[in-house]
Amino acid sequence: MQGISMQGKYFQPELECASREVLHYIQSKRLRKLVERCYNNVPLYKQRMDEYGILPGDIKDIDDVKKLPFTTKQDLRDTYPFGLFAVPRENLARIHASSGTTGKQTVVGYTKADVDAWAIGAARSIVMAGGTKADLVHVSYGYGLFTGGLGLHYGAEKLGATAIPVSSGNTKRQVQILQDYGSDIIACTPSYAMYIGETVRDMGIDPKTLRVRAGIFGAEPWTEEMRREIERLLAIEAFDIYGLSEIAGPGVACECHEHNGLHINEDMFYPEVIDPDTGEVLPDGVYGELVFTCIGKEALPLMRYRTRDICSLDHTPCGCGRTLVRMSKPRGRTDDMLIIRGINVFPSQIESVLLELGMDPNYQLVVDRVDNLDKLEVQVEMNESMFGDTVRSLESIEHRISAALQSTLNIVAKVRLLEPKSLPRSEGKAKRVIDKRKL
Amino acid sequence: MQIQQLSIFVENKSGRLAEITEAIGKANVDIRAISVADTSDFGILRLIVDKPREAVESLREAGLTVSLTSVIAIGIVDKPGEFAKAMRVLADGDIGVEYMYAFISRDKGKAFVILRVQETEKAVECLEKNGITLLSAEEIYGM
Repeated sequence: MQGISMQGKYFQPELECASREVLHYIQSKRLRKLVERCYNNVPLYKQRMDEYGILPGDIKDIDDVKKLPFTTKQDLRDTYPFGLFAVPRENLARIHASSGTTGKQTVVGYTKADVDAWAIGAARSIVMAGGTKADLVHVSYGYGLFTGGLGLHYGAEKLGATAIPVSSGNTKRQVQILQDYGSDIIACTPSYAMYIGETVRDMGIDPKTLRVRAGIFGAEPWTEEMRREIERLLAIEAFDIYGLSEIAGPGVACECHEHNGLHINEDMFYPEVIDPDTGEVLPDGVYGELVFTCIGKEALPLMRYRTRDICSLDHTPCGCGRTLVRMSKPRGRTDDMLIIRGINVFPSQIESVLLELGMDPNYQLVVDRVDNLDKLEVQVEMNESMFGDTVRSLESIEHRISAALQSTLNIVAKVRLLEPKSLPRSEGKAKRVIDKRKL
Repeated sequence: MQIQQLSIFVENKSGRLAEITEAIGKANVDIRAISVADTSDFGILRLIVDKPREAVESLREAGLTVSLTSVIAIGIVDKPGEFAKAMRVLADGDIGVEYMYAFISRDKGKAFVILRVQETEKAVECLEKNGITLLSAEEIYGM
C-alpha cells in the first residue's frame, strides 16, 4: 500500500527518496558523460582541462568532480552568446537570458530533454509544496527571457495540474483571479507576494476567504520574518524555491513541509559549497559559495558553476522522507554583500532586524561615501500602528532601529522613516540597495 | 472639553504640504488651526478642522499616516500677561506641556491656544477651577 500513499507525496519517489548509493551511482554515471561531452564539444572546457592536465578518463566517480575547473559568470559573458553550448544551435528548444542588471546579460540554452528535466524539477517542487494534479497553479512570475514564469508553468503542466499564466503586474487583477478562479497555489517573487498581500488587505478582502493555500516563492533572498508576514497577509504556507537560469531556472531546489532547507534535485544538479576565496570544498553546515555541476544537461552542461549564492549543505535525513541533500535558505549573494566600513552585511540581515522590531519589510538601503567614510542610510516605511503624535516618539523609533542594527550587526546606520507606500513596489525582484559610492 | 486634533506624518519633500491640504480641501473640510513640527527628515503636520472624521478618511484614502490626538483649547484676552496666567496654573498643577500653538480670533480681541498636555483631564480641571476659559469641540469646529 506504500506505493499509493507515496504517490501524492512525491513526484518521483524512486529518485527523490533513493538511497545515497543509488544517487551516487546515477551522479557518477552522469558526470562521466558530462565530462566527455564538455571535452569534445566545448572549446573552453577542452582548453581548461588540458591546462589542468585532466582527461575525461580521469573522472570516474562523482567525488572526482573536485578535480574539475570552475566556471564563472564571466566565462558566460566572455563566450556570449552561445560559446559554451555543447550542442549545435539548431538542437536548442529554448533560449532564456539573465536580466543583465550587473553587466552584460548572459544567454542560456536548453534542448528538448533539458526543458523536460527542468519541468520535472519544477513539478517535484510543486509537489514538495503540497501541490497535486487537481490544483490550479497561479504563476505570477514574469514570463519571457526570465526563467521564473515558464519554469513554474511547465512544472505545473508536467505535474498534470492546471497552470494559469497570469505573469507579473496588474496586481488588482491578480487578486481578482485569486478570488474568482480559486487558485490553489501561487508562485512569484517574495517581494511581489508581499505586494499582492498588501493589495488583498487594501481591497478589504479577508485572506482566509481565498482558496489559495500555498505559495512558492524565489528568485531573490528573503528572510524567515518575511515568510511569516507573507503567510499572514495571504493566509497560506510559504515555500522557498531556488533556481538560476545558468543551471535551469526555478526547480533546482525547493522546500518541503519541514521547512528545514531546500531539497536540491541533485540527480540533475550536483551541488558543492566552497570557500569563495580559496575554492576549497567545505563540509556540511559551513556557509560558503554554492557551486553546481549540471550533470544531467545537454545544451549548457556547466561544470562547477559558481552561483555566488551563500549557503550551506545538509545531508542528514529529512522528516519528509526525501534523501535529496538540503541547502540552507541562501543568505545572500557574494555580489549583494555590502561592505560598510569594513563590515560585511547582507540586505537580508538588515531586513531581519527591521521585521523583528515590527516594521514592514518595505525598506531601501542607500550607501554613500562622505569624506572617505561609508555612510549607510536605512530607509523604512512607517506604518500607522507605530505613529505617535510627537517628534520625540518618531525619533525614538529611529533610535531603536539604529541601536538594534548596531548591536546585532555591528554597523552604524542612519535611519530615515518614510511615508507608507513611498518606496516603489516591485513586481519582480525588489531593488533594496542603492550604492552611490564610486569605488 | 477635549478637541480632536489630526496629526499627519510628512516626509520632508517639496510639495507634500500642498498635496495633503489639497486632499482635505477636496473633502470640503475647513482648517481652523495649523502647526508643523519638523526635524531634518520628517515633520508632523497638526491640524484642527471643522470635520475631523471626514478629514481622517480623506487623508487615509490619499495613503497618509494619520492619527487623532486629544488636545485642549483655551481662550485668552488678548493683552499682556494673560497667557502667562494660564501657564502658571498648569505649572502649579505640575502638568507638563508637550506642545502648543496659538491663533488669534476673528473677533472680540481674543486669542486661542491649542495645548497638548501630559494629563488632559487634570489640566481641564485645574484650568476651569482657576477661571481660564476652555473651548468645547463644537465651539472650535463651528468657528
